Amino acid sequence: MRSLDVSLLTETVARLLVEANYRIPPDILEALRAACDEERSELGRQTLAHLVRNYEVAAAEQLPVCQDSGVTVVLLEVGQDVHWTGGSLEYAIFAGIRQGTSSGYLRQSVVGDPLLRRTPAGAPPGVIHYEIVEGEAVRLTVASKGFGAENMSALKMFVPADGTPAVAQFVVDTVDRAGANACPPVIVGVGVGGTFEKAALLAKKAVLRPIDQRHPARDTAALEADLLDRINRLGIGPQGLGGTVTALAVNVEVYPTHIAGLPVAVNIGCHSNRRISVEL
Amino acid sequence: MTRLIECRPTLDETTSLAVRAGDAVSLSGDLVTIRDATAKRLLDLASAGLSLPIDLTGRLLYAVGPSPAKPGQVVGSAGPTTIERFVKYLPFLLGAGVKGVVAKGELHGDDARAFQEAGAIYLAAIGGLGALLGRSVEAATVVAFGELGPEALMQFTVRDFPAVVILDRHGGNFHETARAAWRRV
Repeated sequence: MRSLDVSLLTETVARLLVEANYRIPPDILEALRAACDEERSELGRQTLAHLVRNYEVAAAEQLPVCQDSGVTVVLLEVGQDVHWTGGSLEYAIFAGIRQGTSSGYLRQSVVGDPLLRRTPAGAPPGVIHYEIVEGEAVRLTVASKGFGAENMSALKMFVPADGTPAVAQFVVDTVDRAGANACPPVIVGVGVGGTFEKAALLAKKAVLRPIDQRHPARDTAALEADLLDRINRLGIGPQGLGGTVTALAVNVEVYPTHIAGLPVAVNIGCHSNRRISVEL
Repeated sequence: MTRLIECRPTLDETTSLAVRAGDAVSLSGDLVTIRDATAKRLLDLASAGLSLPIDLTGRLLYAVGPSPAKPGQVVGSAGPTTIERFVKYLPFLLGAGVKGVVAKGELHGDDARAFQEAGAIYLAAIGGLGALLGRSVEAATVVAFGELGPEALMQFTVRDFPAVVILDRHGGNFHETARAAWRRV
C-alpha cells in the first residue's frame, strides 16, 4: 500500500496546467516545423511559420499559447494499491485547476451552468476521468481542450454492416465539415468500439496520444495512415487557407463492442493540443 | 505582398473595395472587440430601443476574448475566435453599420451574402496565434460590459496585425476557392 496526500495533486495539476499552456508538446512543435517544409501552398507555409513563431515566443516569454485555455481535462490513472489521504481527491484536483488558471494568467473559459450560462460558487472548473490500474503507480495527464476544435467533434453509432469504409468516411467528413473552424492543422482522435460513452472517451485519449506514436496493432496503424492521407487531400490546409497539411496526425483507439454495434467518435484537436503527463 | 490596412477608427471605402479574397493584410488602427455574450448584450439593448454604448458605423469588429494581462502587458493572449457562433447576430451587427469583422473560421451561403449586401468584408486572423497577436495590441480600453471579463466590449489599438481577406466586396470567398483549388478527392 502506498499512501499519498491529495495536496500533491493540487500542486501538480496547477503546475502542469500552466506549463501545458505556455509550451506545446515537443512532438507537435516538431511536426509543425516539418509541415513548414511539406506544405505546398505558400500562404499555408507562411501560416505555419507564424504558428511556430507563436509557440517559440510563448515558451520564451511564458505566455499562454492561445487565449482559449479551454476546458481542463484531467486523466488520472491510479494504482489500486494507492491510498489517498488529506481530504477529497476531486476537490484537490479542482483546486489545482483553479490555482493554475489564476497563477498562469489563463482565461477563465468555463461557465458553471451550461444552460443558464452562470457560474455558481464551487462549480467544477474542469473534467476528470479516473482509471484504476494495477499496482502503486499514479499517472496524471493534464490537457487544455480549446473549443474551436471541440465544437467540431462528432459521434455516430454505425452498425456492423457499415464496416471500416463507413467509419473512415465519417472521420474524413467530420474533418471536412470542421474546415477552418477547428484551427487546422488539426490532430484527429478517433475512438472505435465500446459503447456510446466509451467511444467518446477513447477518442479523447486518442487525441491526447503523442502524435509520433502509431497504434501498436498493424491494421489500426494502417487505418491511421490511410485516414491521414485522405484528410490531407481535402485541400483545407493550415487555417483553411488551402493546402496539403490539414492534419498533423490521426490517432485511432479501438475497444471491444457489441455484436450489433460499431460506435465511432471523432475528437478534433487544434494545433495547440495542449497536454502533459507525469508519473507521481 | 502584404497589403496595409489602416483603420482609424473606421475602415475607408476605397480600401474596403480594393482588397480581394486571399490577400494577406496587415492591420493597424482601432478594432472593437466582440464575443458571444457581448453580441447578445448589444442586441438586447437595441431590441429594447436603447442606444448602443459605441457607434459601430464603419467600424471593424474583432471576435476575441483575451486571456488576463500579466503585469506589464496590455492584454494577455488575444487570438481570434470562431465566427460561426456569431451568425445569429450578424444581421444586427452589419445593420448597425459594421464594415468588417476579423475572426477565424468559415462563412457560407446567406451568412456570407449578408456581408456583401452590407458592403462589409470578413478577414480571418490565425487561430492559435494568441501570444503573438496579443503583443500586437498596443492599447486596450473597456468600453462597456466590464463585468463580462474577457467578453467585455473593448477597443483595441493594434499595429501590424496579420490577417487574410476571406470575404471581399466582389463576392469572393477565399475559404471556398482555396479549398477547391487544393482538393484532391
